[in-house]
Amino acid sequence: MSSAQLEIQLIACLVAIACAIPGTFLVLRKMAMISDAISHSILPGIVIGFFITQDLNSPLLILLAALTGILTVVLVEYIQKTGLVKEDTAIGLVFPALFSIGVIMIAKNANDVHLDVDAVLLGELAFAPFDRLIISGADVGPKSLWIIGTILAITVGLLFAFFKELKISTFDAGLAASLGFSPVAIHYGLMTVSSVTTVGAFDAVGAILVVALMIAPAATAYLLTNELKRMLIYAICFGVCSAISGYWVAHWLDASIAGSITTMLGILFLAVYLFAPNKGVIAVLYREKQQRTEVSLLTFLLHLKNHTDERERHVNHLNEHINWQKVRSKSVLDLALKNNMILLDNNIVSLTEKGEAFTSKAINYIITNKDAQIEDMKDDFFLFRG
Amino acid sequence: MISKENVNNETPTSTGVVAVKVDDLTVAYNYKPVLWDIDLEIPEGVLMAIVGPNGAGKSTLIKSILGILKPIAGSVSIYNKPYQKQRQLVAYVPQKGSVDWDFPTTALDVVLMGTYGSLGWIKRPGQKEKKEALEALEKVGMLPFKNRQISQLSGGQQQRIFLARALVQNASIYFMDEPFQGVDATTEIAIINILKELRKAGKTVVVVHHDLQTVPEYFDWVTFLNVKKIATGPVKDIFNDDNLTKTYGINYKVSIQE
Repeated sequence: MSSAQLEIQLIACLVAIACAIPGTFLVLRKMAMISDAISHSILPGIVIGFFITQDLNSPLLILLAALTGILTVVLVEYIQKTGLVKEDTAIGLVFPALFSIGVIMIAKNANDVHLDVDAVLLGELAFAPFDRLIISGADVGPKSLWIIGTILAITVGLLFAFFKELKISTFDAGLAASLGFSPVAIHYGLMTVSSVTTVGAFDAVGAILVVALMIAPAATAYLLTNELKRMLIYAICFGVCSAISGYWVAHWLDASIAGSITTMLGILFLAVYLFAPNKGVIAVLYREKQQRTEVSLLTFLLHLKNHTDERERHVNHLNEHINWQKVRSKSVLDLALKNNMILLDNNIVSLTEKGEAFTSKAINYIITNKDAQIEDMKDDFFLFRG
Repeated sequence: MISKENVNNETPTSTGVVAVKVDDLTVAYNYKPVLWDIDLEIPEGVLMAIVGPNGAGKSTLIKSILGILKPIAGSVSIYNKPYQKQRQLVAYVPQKGSVDWDFPTTALDVVLMGTYGSLGWIKRPGQKEKKEALEALEKVGMLPFKNRQISQLSGGQQQRIFLARALVQNASIYFMDEPFQGVDATTEIAIINILKELRKAGKTVVVVHHDLQTVPEYFDWVTFLNVKKIATGPVKDIFNDDNLTKTYGINYKVSIQE
């Protein structure tokens, strides 16, 4: 592995981490589309900055772009506040307008410089190692590595300092306000970080794919955990995994690095979406099937408890009276037998002590709806897990 | 069934000190006033219901007192000082529906949020705060659920978590926006008993309330609100058909329990 390859992967990883952090909060605030808006509408800021400095990595350019990002948020909120259009419509109005201004500015003025629409939309990570940062004659590494590294350091610092504030204003803005934490300040702080990160990541992955790096890792992590800290860590891991694996996929296929990274993000999300232990599609389907079986089991046990008459408890009779198909009553019967809840004597079914106790407890739960009493049942019984 | 033993026949424990004072408060959404020129004094130590029809501005009143909404006119004081200087004295229980219960966090963590106010910016909750949060959870009977993800709690349990979060603030004045909404009878009794305990401890409790039938049973003080303030005072003096009719606009008859 050459040093250029190593540098590209390092930049990609730092970009992924820097995006995953604000991205997690954007996803939780249901503001994923705002990141899309910011990533496009910072274009005029970048173009103006580029005209002034002739350098895609200048701090002024980052500042101007971040300002355009904030402007986007302000405009969206202003239009929304008039009550004439909804938020998504406001986003759809603002960002294409700003983006198109940027596109026209590039087309009119930047034809012969290395800022073109393709580079803006897709970025070019492969060229990043060529633009070196030279400090007093010494080569200290690619410029974009330093830029995204600085942005990431600031982001991480802010995250550690204001984690509690971010959490409370994301979960309950009303309480945050009443406790004296300004949710508005936090909101604009997050928007500023998102804008700055977008600009920093822009050079590497471009305007469209930066959205994927912000949203996809967080959305994937959301499916796997019930805790904010873990969600952040998982999101960062997914971002880094996609960055590295995406780089090598691009290397083997001789394709766009940014495109490959995003594809990997998509594949990771799909895998988690299908196979996540609790919220995944397969787990949900399995749980629903289990619940159906357990409802049947309970219905069956209740029937036995309510009818002492032998005729009512005959195996053949169960099909007719509970009105189930043969297969289903067979599987329910097997399940009850396996759990030692019933005894089969000459095709007459009767409840065991365990079955009796279980049924009473279950009825008691259903009537009183008292959760604390059935805490111990929740482990082995799906029905009560809600 | 709600037990009749809880019938409220205690006299208000008010000390004569005014806990909350609202002066000429007018609040508008998009230039449409939802609260008109409200003057209100809430005495210390009362358990007060705010009642009124939908859109009467009940939640708006609480949010304006807490500085969450900015009024276009008027002022609010908590023990004679602006709210911003008295935050530590006030706890707030928002409507349950105002937050996203799918947020990745646990019951204990939500209760811990109640300690953030006294911590201030940047400082993180430590062992002391955690202990307080566990005590509050115990008080509302939710200790066994402390590590449960909040979306896996029932509506009543979520409301108890919110209550615990307010308790942990150890405030003097509690504002609650419809704490009985969507909870079962057991939880309702549990909550009202905690509110009565708070009153006994000398706290002031203000509750946006919907169920007129339970007002005399639960509360000792009541404010009728419908964009304007209709009446405020002890339940036994002013909770009558006259004020109900004025507030709800129709000839309202409520059979008040003996």
